[in-house]
Amino acid sequence: MRFVDEFRDAEQARALAARIAARCEPGRVYKFMEVCGGHTHTIYQHGLEDYLPEQVQLVHGPGCPVCVIPMGRVDDAIAIARRPEVILTSFGDMMRVPGGDGSFLDAKAAGADIRMVYSPLDALKIARQNPGRQVVFMAIGFETTAPSTAVTVQRAKAEGLANFSVFCNHVTIIPAIKAILDSPDQRLDGFLGPGHVSTVIGCEPYRFIAEHYRKPLVVAGFEPLDILHSIDMLLAQLGDGRCEVENQYSRVVPWDGNVTALKVLADVLELRPFFEWRGLGFISHSALKLTEAYADFDAERRFDVPGVRVADPQSCQCGEVLKGVLKPWECKVFGTACTPETPIGTCMVSPEGACAAYYNFGRFRRQRLLQVSAR
Amino acid sequence: MCLGIPGEVVEIMTDRPDLAQVDVSGVRRAINIGLLEPGEIGVGDWVLIHVGFALSKIDEAEARAAMDFLKSIGDAYTDELAALQNSKID
Repeated sequence: MRFVDEFRDAEQARALAARIAARCEPGRVYKFMEVCGGHTHTIYQHGLEDYLPEQVQLVHGPGCPVCVIPMGRVDDAIAIARRPEVILTSFGDMMRVPGGDGSFLDAKAAGADIRMVYSPLDALKIARQNPGRQVVFMAIGFETTAPSTAVTVQRAKAEGLANFSVFCNHVTIIPAIKAILDSPDQRLDGFLGPGHVSTVIGCEPYRFIAEHYRKPLVVAGFEPLDILHSIDMLLAQLGDGRCEVENQYSRVVPWDGNVTALKVLADVLELRPFFEWRGLGFISHSALKLTEAYADFDAERRFDVPGVRVADPQSCQCGEVLKGVLKPWECKVFGTACTPETPIGTCMVSPEGACAAYYNFGRFRRQRLLQVSAR
Repeated sequence: MCLGIPGEVVEIMTDRPDLAQVDVSGVRRAINIGLLEPGEIGVGDWVLIHVGFALSKIDEAEARAAMDFLKSIGDAYTDELAALQNSKID
């Protein structure tokens, strides 16, 4: 219980921590994966691992949409952006993600017209204001952001905007979780389910994890107490011999998700046969593309896209970090060759990436912890 | 991008029922409410905003807790808020 200080409700946290410790069977190690990068951020920022008994280990998952974009897709986007008629629009999170031939920021410095936007609707506005240019939106994200892209494409079609298209890189969380469950190098005891994704998809899609794989899953909120509470709920299930899907974040996540958003998604986007994930390789039915009805707005049909697969740099171990096989500090280049200023891998770029979160918060705690242990 | 930002609805735009004006930390911005059920929210309600879209209705206590959480994470939130402030959707 060292370094338990700064966050509010510390007393409640200590009470939860005591209950968590009491639920652990002696000699058993519990490995829980937090799927969502937002959870990883909270865990490192508040040093939640310091609250947990050593028997309870948190494993970081693939739920950072920036982190899982393979280098080849960054290169494809840059190839589109280099065309003189194109304005490429992107969320700020993507700007420093390295491709095989530099990042969006590098391409922008070299003359490509790449603009940061907060919302796909901002990209649509740029298209309206620049009728002589082709405006392409670099769409990324899980089910949290995919409905927003879908609504934007519906609007573009309704307005007949011929100079707007989407380079679609939306991914879906369920196949990634399944890939991890099927992976031989990872043994997990349960999952903290992603909070915001579940706002859209609800809790029902996780049922196979409990029923088929016999692992409990608790959809968790983002505050420190939410995460501790969810860990307590996972341990309670294991103690009772139950494997269920439970919703700790019911104050935001409805069990059935956002039905309107799911309808819009189904209208505009459909599953690709397969998609490459950084570190996880090709996963079938794990990403979205525009449906036939909206094919005119698909940048991959409008422009020649190289579509070349680019292997990650040999030194980069983002793949192992994304699968939870390695902790950030176990990567060979962590904090030396790879830092948030000069990232080699995606996990160091996004604030939700495990490496960036650990670099910004966790490593100081760990250093302190190691110093104290050495005394 | 993944951060959900709480905002208080201050106006539903009558000519554009898919848009609402919200107040986020004192900044007034238009957001899209087309992913919520028609009539699900009104003035004074709180919503969680992702990339310019309200994705869920939340209560005020949750909004305050979410805002405290966002402020605690520092740069990532500041960047997201700055991006929202520059966003002028219509």
